[in-house]
Amino acid sequence: MRKILSGLTLAGTATIAGAILALSAGPAVTQSKSVKIGFVSTFSGPTAVIGNDMRNSFELGLDHIGRKMGGLPVEVIYEDDGQKPEQGLQKTQKLIESDKVDFVIGYIWSNVLLASYKPVIDSQTFLISTNAGPSQIAGELCSPWFFSTSWQNDQTPQAMGHYLNQKGVKTLYLIGPNYAAGRDMLVGVQSTFKGKVIGQDLTKWPDQLDFSAELSKVRAAKPDALFVFYPGASGVQFLTQYAQSGLKGQVPLYTAFTIDAITLQLQKDLALGVPGAQYWVNDLPNAANKKYVADFKARHKNYPTFYGAQTYDAAAFINSAVVAVKGDLTKKDAIRAELRRANYASVRGPYKYGNNHFPIQNFYLQDVVKDADGMLTLKTVATIVKDSQDEHAKKCPMKW
Amino acid sequence: MLLFVEQCLNGLQLGLLLFLLAAGLTLVFGIMDLVNLAHGSLYMVGAYFAATFAALTGSFVLGALLALGATLLVGMAVEVIALRRLYGRDHLDHVLGTFGLILFFNELVRLIWGPAGLTLSLPPWLNTPLQLLPGLYYPTYRFAIILVTFAVAAFLYVLVMRTRVGMLIRAGASNREMVGALGINIKLLFTLVFGLGAALAGLAGLMQAPILTVQIGMGENILILAFVVIIIGGIGSIRGAFIAAIFVGLIDVVGRAFLVDLLLLVVSQQAASTAGPALSSMLIYIVMAVVLVLRPEGLFPVHGK
Repeated sequence: MRKILSGLTLAGTATIAGAILALSAGPAVTQSKSVKIGFVSTFSGPTAVIGNDMRNSFELGLDHIGRKMGGLPVEVIYEDDGQKPEQGLQKTQKLIESDKVDFVIGYIWSNVLLASYKPVIDSQTFLISTNAGPSQIAGELCSPWFFSTSWQNDQTPQAMGHYLNQKGVKTLYLIGPNYAAGRDMLVGVQSTFKGKVIGQDLTKWPDQLDFSAELSKVRAAKPDALFVFYPGASGVQFLTQYAQSGLKGQVPLYTAFTIDAITLQLQKDLALGVPGAQYWVNDLPNAANKKYVADFKARHKNYPTFYGAQTYDAAAFINSAVVAVKGDLTKKDAIRAELRRANYASVRGPYKYGNNHFPIQNFYLQDVVKDADGMLTLKTVATIVKDSQDEHAKKCPMKW
Repeated sequence: MLLFVEQCLNGLQLGLLLFLLAAGLTLVFGIMDLVNLAHGSLYMVGAYFAATFAALTGSFVLGALLALGATLLVGMAVEVIALRRLYGRDHLDHVLGTFGLILFFNELVRLIWGPAGLTLSLPPWLNTPLQLLPGLYYPTYRFAIILVTFAVAAFLYVLVMRTRVGMLIRAGASNREMVGALGINIKLLFTLVFGLGAALAGLAGLMQAPILTVQIGMGENILILAFVVIIIGGIGSIRGAFIAAIFVGLIDVVGRAFLVDLLLLVVSQQAASTAGPALSSMLIYIVMAVVLVLRPEGLFPVHGK
């Protein structure tokens, strides 16, 4: 025990000494020598596959721009949030306070982003969410320091609501996880769905993986359709249990963010015929997307996910702004002005930013098919809505 | 009414699964006085073995049987290599040591099987719903879990109450030193008990595998519930674990299924739909707190400690 304690003391002393060195070195640097990007995502636990996919895509994005932005080399610091809000906050504070990064990006989970949001905004550092899009940040909490390269949580299920109307669905049952994004998703689908919602369940997140009670309720309620949102591995579990319960032939399933290129390899044939809404699918016919998907496949032997696509976009997105200020990262207003133009080749095709810095973009219907090699993949079937903007933008006081 | 029956079956199935985990945990805790946080890792290992062996042999049942034996061996190896050194030490040392084992197993699984996880597919005859009563459909596989677990519970009852090994186990739970003093090879007994606990955890893991995905850390959340079960049931008591597990399973599922509707009778729609899920996820812990206040030793305490 004493050995451990003395070891800890030693390590503590070393850290303090290091911090003093870093502090004394700080003021000497005036012009930045690199673009420092802090990247917070989940790199441990069952959802680490999503974080890895985002990192792989971001690295590919950096390679495609030569790992330089406006003549400056790019330095990325990856931090693991462990899918926990408190850990995400801690890592975010570290990136801002001790690493003094120029951009903080990443965030899979809305609850982690919400917990980490304020310190980044208060420090006047640019925060770019490459996945989570909680309603609060799109509405009252919107900020000139925040941008999204993904979507607002409600947007994708809203598109699904439109599609349910087109399919003539009259009664709907909703199931989703009980956290910020899960609640947003269920609100989103209800805002556009014109029929009647006859039941709704929110399940404990992230540790409830058995949905027997909820599926039994669906069977008893006899809706025309079932809508769910289960990201990552929970989507595999939901689809498996949905098939085992025998509901598959009785109540058709509609999803948001439940089937992606990674989960598909575990969901396999269970995912066939289950439609989902998406702002991006790997077969969108634009040049940037073709290059991204082909290079990603060559390197990682799998199709990229939407998580990856919007993170790949972030590299080109940040690059566009750093190039516009010719590498002078102190010109923060000019950086923001450039970011607002979304003047880069996004893999989803061109899009615009709303006043709350969330994309105004198209949403597509995706279906599961087999590719030429017999591998399951996603395919665009139709455009559900064009230039869709989230509802919360109205509550955002920011105007530009 | 049919819905209520179906939900009770769901609760029973969850409870019986918890019993498999809790039985091993309570045996190890009660007899060897060892707090084993790595029990969830054995659950995970069982699931990974089952997925691997089922893929190799092409048969779900054969894969499951092989996985059961393999998990038993892993459990005994862990006891001999690592845990034997922890007996007689402080509970805090057990927690530290077995927590280390969790990290070790998570990393080992990542090295062997990769980070993405596996799936274990069911044969078609298990993958369809079964009509139990007119209008009452239930997944065949979940029903099979109920049957298998009842069989295991009966086996454990006979083993513990009717055999010589069981007598030693019970004696060990009541008074360890005395059993050792009577010339029983306590080392071997401990290795066997730990192996048995590991096999039970492995069985729980491999039976959950086709319902959930086989992934790193899959045993950690369910282990918390298993600890709740052994605390409610009384540490060291298999009978307590059995009753408490079914009790916890039923409370959890019935809470999830009906709490929102019940709340609707007293509060508004808005309040019920926000409070319901939060309350139902707390329900088990509230019950545990009540049991701890009223009967700190659990519902079925083992006497003679």
